[in-house]
Amino acid sequence: MAASGVVLTPLQRFFAQRQAKVGVALTATIVALALIGPLLLPWATGYTATEFADQPFRLTGPFGTDNLGRDVLSRFLSGGLTLITLALLATAVGIIVGMIFGTVAAYTGGTVDSILMRANDVLLAIPQLVFALLAVTVLGPQGWVLVMVLGLTHAPRVARVTRSAALNVINEDYIAAAEMYAVPRWRIIVREILPNITGPLTVEAGLRLTYSIGGIASLSFLGLGLQPPAPDWGLMINENRIALAVQPWGVMLPVLVIALLTIGTNLIADSIARTFASTKVSEA
Amino acid sequence: MIARLIAKRLGISILILFAVSLIIFFATALLPGDPARAILGQQATPERIAAINAEMNLDAPPWKRYLLWLGGLVTGDLGTSVASGESVGALLGDRLGASLLLMVIAAVIAIPIGLLVGIYSALRRGRTTDSAITIGSLVLAALPEFVIGIALVALFATSVFTILPAVTMRPPGTQVWDFPAQLVLPTIVLVLAVAPYIVRMTRATMIEVLDSGFVEMARLKGVPERRVIFRHALPHAIGPVAQVIAIQLAWLAGGVAVVEYLFRYPGLGQALIDAVTYRDVQVVQAVVMLIAVVYIVVNLLADVVGILSNPKLRTGGAR
Repeated sequence: MAASGVVLTPLQRFFAQRQAKVGVALTATIVALALIGPLLLPWATGYTATEFADQPFRLTGPFGTDNLGRDVLSRFLSGGLTLITLALLATAVGIIVGMIFGTVAAYTGGTVDSILMRANDVLLAIPQLVFALLAVTVLGPQGWVLVMVLGLTHAPRVARVTRSAALNVINEDYIAAAEMYAVPRWRIIVREILPNITGPLTVEAGLRLTYSIGGIASLSFLGLGLQPPAPDWGLMINENRIALAVQPWGVMLPVLVIALLTIGTNLIADSIARTFASTKVSEA
Repeated sequence: MIARLIAKRLGISILILFAVSLIIFFATALLPGDPARAILGQQATPERIAAINAEMNLDAPPWKRYLLWLGGLVTGDLGTSVASGESVGALLGDRLGASLLLMVIAAVIAIPIGLLVGIYSALRRGRTTDSAITIGSLVLAALPEFVIGIALVALFATSVFTILPAVTMRPPGTQVWDFPAQLVLPTIVLVLAVAPYIVRMTRATMIEVLDSGFVEMARLKGVPERRVIFRHALPHAIGPVAQVIAIQLAWLAGGVAVVEYLFRYPGLGQALIDAVTYRDVQVVQAVVMLIAVVYIVVNLLADVVGILSNPKLRTGGAR
């Protein structure tokens, strides 16, 4: 690959892939829409949210009204921010917790490792969505509950990936060197191990983000995520789907953006994986 | 050798199931709330509440309630629904069958399609069809199942064509399989949600196997291509692929809930979501436990397939 003598940085290799560009473009567009949407509100739509109250599912205005006669475009423009924020937070929780347990298990080894991995097996035996439903039953449908339960159900999956990546690193000479200098264990984990497993961790973060968006949107769609009257893409789909045949916009707009967003993040995750896979090939 | 491995795996599964039951029980049983009052309503007399508490063992210490609950699970007594006052077992009886029916049909369709498309893609590596399959499976794998479901409903049931029912109707006394047309859309959604992962894993493993020496050897010996693929290459790819199929089937146990909700399909998942909405703890406990059982059994089967199909383990004693 490096036959021309030009060594590409990982970022250049990432953007050399067409699917990476498409993924970044899709994700950036939808995130921009979610961020700027609320700011455009009164004058982008030309209607106040309540102008058509008690005219549910009419096709008045650019995209019509929803189940309570609210302007669909207004709801749509302000409905993405919470979804994206909650998904990012859930991903962060999952990656941080999983990373800590994964590296500690790999580096400590022995009994601690076995106990952590067996606990992992138990947690993995309950499907993510089912765990989320269990948590919502106990704690109620609130934003922080969704973040924590999705994050904590990501964690064992992240821990598994982190552990196997870290196991490849801990026998390297630079770890042994650091140990000889009596560098504290936490510092070896933070300064030596983590920087050397960023590849698999970024791939995992991209995947987890895709699943977080899907998970939070699914819970809202089930009526167990954000509660009315919050404007939210998942909830909009739930509220308006009975009128899909007569007023499709209230459903199709949010379905479309959720689809594009998850496709975008998944393309990014796959491109990151390919970026790091190609390093391995060229080094071999 | 093989029997010992399988027995060990079975033991681990039972231990995991036991640990899962602990998590489910203590997560839900310790939450604030008064099931007796929920059943009887606000006007309940203290005597009636005490009677229900005694009947449901709610005044017993938590560990004793756990043991009673676990005993009930094993003997098929799943408790009483707080919302309806009915027995949970009766409530879930035919729903379990309906859910399993949907899952089995989806699996029976998705597994061969996933394998064949994956193998085809691997054989066409680098060509246009392969790239199209790879991107297509990546896109489908990204989509939440309710997004796929709504797109299909709009396409086939409401907006473009109106050839398939958008929701499941089941008049009393009939079974879900009496109306095959209603099963079509939920099944397609599940297949589209599950197959992409099988395709991707099959493609990746098959590419690796097709590059190996013994496949080249078989081809050089003039073994027909079909035989090379299905008799020589595929068995070596089955282990990792079986793992992914298991993960996907196990995912079905949970993911079916969203699809059932979307199509108002009278299965376990819909019961679970209703129970969560009404905070009907006994039903939630029972359904989550049932789903965990399905999940663990499927994973166990996959590991057994992996062990049986691994040539190194199969001939391990002969070395």
